[in-house]
Amino acid sequence: MIKRIAAAIVGIGVAGGVGFLAYAWYPAIAPVAPPPPSTFTAAQIEHGRVLAAGGYCAECHTRTDGVRGVELAGDYKMDTPFGAIFSSNITPDPETGIGHWSEAAFKRAMRKGISRDGTQLFPAFPFDHFTHMTDEDIDAVYAFLMTRAPVHSVKRDNTVGFPFNIRLEQAGWKLLFLHEGPLKNNPKQDAEWNRGAYFAEGLSHCSACHTPRNLMGAEKAGSPYDGAPVDNWIAPPLNEHNPTPVVWTEDEYFKYLRFGSAPLHGSAAGPMSPVVHGGLSEMPESDVHAIAHYLAEIDHASTRVSQDPKALAWAMKASMKDLVGPQVNPNAKLYAGACAACHANAGPQPVEGRPDLALNNALWLDEPTNLFQVILRGIGTTEGISTVSMPSFYHSLSDADLARLATYLRATRTTLPPWTDLEKKAADVRKTLPTPPVASSH
Amino acid sequence: MTTFRLNGRDVTVDVPDDTPLLWVIRDEVGLTGTKFGCGIGMCGACTIHIGGRATRSCVTPVSAAEGADITTIEGIDPEGNHPVQQAWREIQVPQCGYCQSGQIMQAVSLLKDYPSPTDEEIDAVMAGSLCRCMTYIRIREAIKKAAANARGDASNG
Repeated sequence: MIKRIAAAIVGIGVAGGVGFLAYAWYPAIAPVAPPPPSTFTAAQIEHGRVLAAGGYCAECHTRTDGVRGVELAGDYKMDTPFGAIFSSNITPDPETGIGHWSEAAFKRAMRKGISRDGTQLFPAFPFDHFTHMTDEDIDAVYAFLMTRAPVHSVKRDNTVGFPFNIRLEQAGWKLLFLHEGPLKNNPKQDAEWNRGAYFAEGLSHCSACHTPRNLMGAEKAGSPYDGAPVDNWIAPPLNEHNPTPVVWTEDEYFKYLRFGSAPLHGSAAGPMSPVVHGGLSEMPESDVHAIAHYLAEIDHASTRVSQDPKALAWAMKASMKDLVGPQVNPNAKLYAGACAACHANAGPQPVEGRPDLALNNALWLDEPTNLFQVILRGIGTTEGISTVSMPSFYHSLSDADLARLATYLRATRTTLPPWTDLEKKAADVRKTLPTPPVASSH
Repeated sequence: MTTFRLNGRDVTVDVPDDTPLLWVIRDEVGLTGTKFGCGIGMCGACTIHIGGRATRSCVTPVSAAEGADITTIEGIDPEGNHPVQQAWREIQVPQCGYCQSGQIMQAVSLLKDYPSPTDEEIDAVMAGSLCRCMTYIRIREAIKKAAANARGDASNG
């Protein structure tokens, strides 16, 4: 009897395994000759260019570590908890890129995360978002990519170790986490909300960085937009857990996503800079408005905004703290000397181009990571507000100085508990910077 | 290669990306009105305008100024007659003068943000601009004078 049960269990197991293999196995799609540009219309290519910008293809498919690679030729290094993944060459080079990929092969990769040759792709490629795009949009991105100049470039090998390097496992991942196919229209919401959701959840994959991931590297379904660490920065929460004193309203989101700066929150730095300046700035203004509209719904801005005048008044008062009269607190003096000339604000509103720290995202997050990143790196004219720049204090301020500034600002420009272990955290952030951003002036 | 506009003129320089903008302005372009003070962004002597906003050029890497519109003390008025410069002369602000171009650049930017600044606003914004001759009292007076002159100019049409 026991033998029979065991045999039955084995039988079910084998059948399940065969079933899984049948599910996980995809055939190669036959290589095609690279399609000539005449295959596509100029309008389709242009539409694809805008979409490729809005999906930040070039950000993750262009090498940036060590040497600057050719755009879209891949080899961008992504550090994951499972090892480093190097992105693929998506120029139409037949040998090393996607030159032999048919439209069907490209679509399958975008929808299902399957490479042309049938292998499973890692979800570092956000196909779990691109799957929501329409056929028309995927085809346009294909048209754009296939009309770029082919670049012969071989990527470095991934360092993902056993057992995570077994690609077949990705099929199991997808069974659990991939919701394939276009996003369904939500009839309870208006057209702009649905348009915004289409971009935020699909092409522009906001939650890929702004939602924490589980042990299997998938976005946690239970905490969407709760914020997460990414590339040595923190992608802040985009829901009601965002701690800034003034709510991220549709207007603030729009200014931030379109121009790189929200007057009552701060500017787009770090990994968010190219999202704005290389990506969303290329999209039609109405689509960026739609994303802002959608995100403002996610953080329930309309129900929370009534507290804003009080919070703004508090912040503006805090902004001028310790800046008048003699100071004995050395931390206050450090702030007054190094920061206040550009960041102090008087009056009822911050002046445009004078980002107020009492309102700034970086000071209100659970960790000082983003604050230290910005102080150490500065913000160039290709980031944040594109006409102005913030210096880099990499050589000016020691880790102890950074800790003093952070302690002081957290205590005087927020109402939150102090950060801990700041000197070590400052050193940790400094270590992540690839090269000293400024030559020493000594 | 980095390209930017400096006092209305296109400038392209071929220097390492991490070269401080101050060095580029003084040594590559040859405009020496902007001074080297502390070299760590703590004294204000090197203050210039990037996109109209006061910026410490000694700690700004040249790469962070790509495409920027930069103004130095030489560029705020072709004749040296910017209202702030006039007020500076009227009040006889400078003593040794070394920090003064930075002070003036910071003051010009201050008056854009706060056209009629209070003592508090002047102190908060000017605190990062040090003067070892202690001309602070005259700086504050000159800023108020420049503000008054500007208001007078405006009302006289």
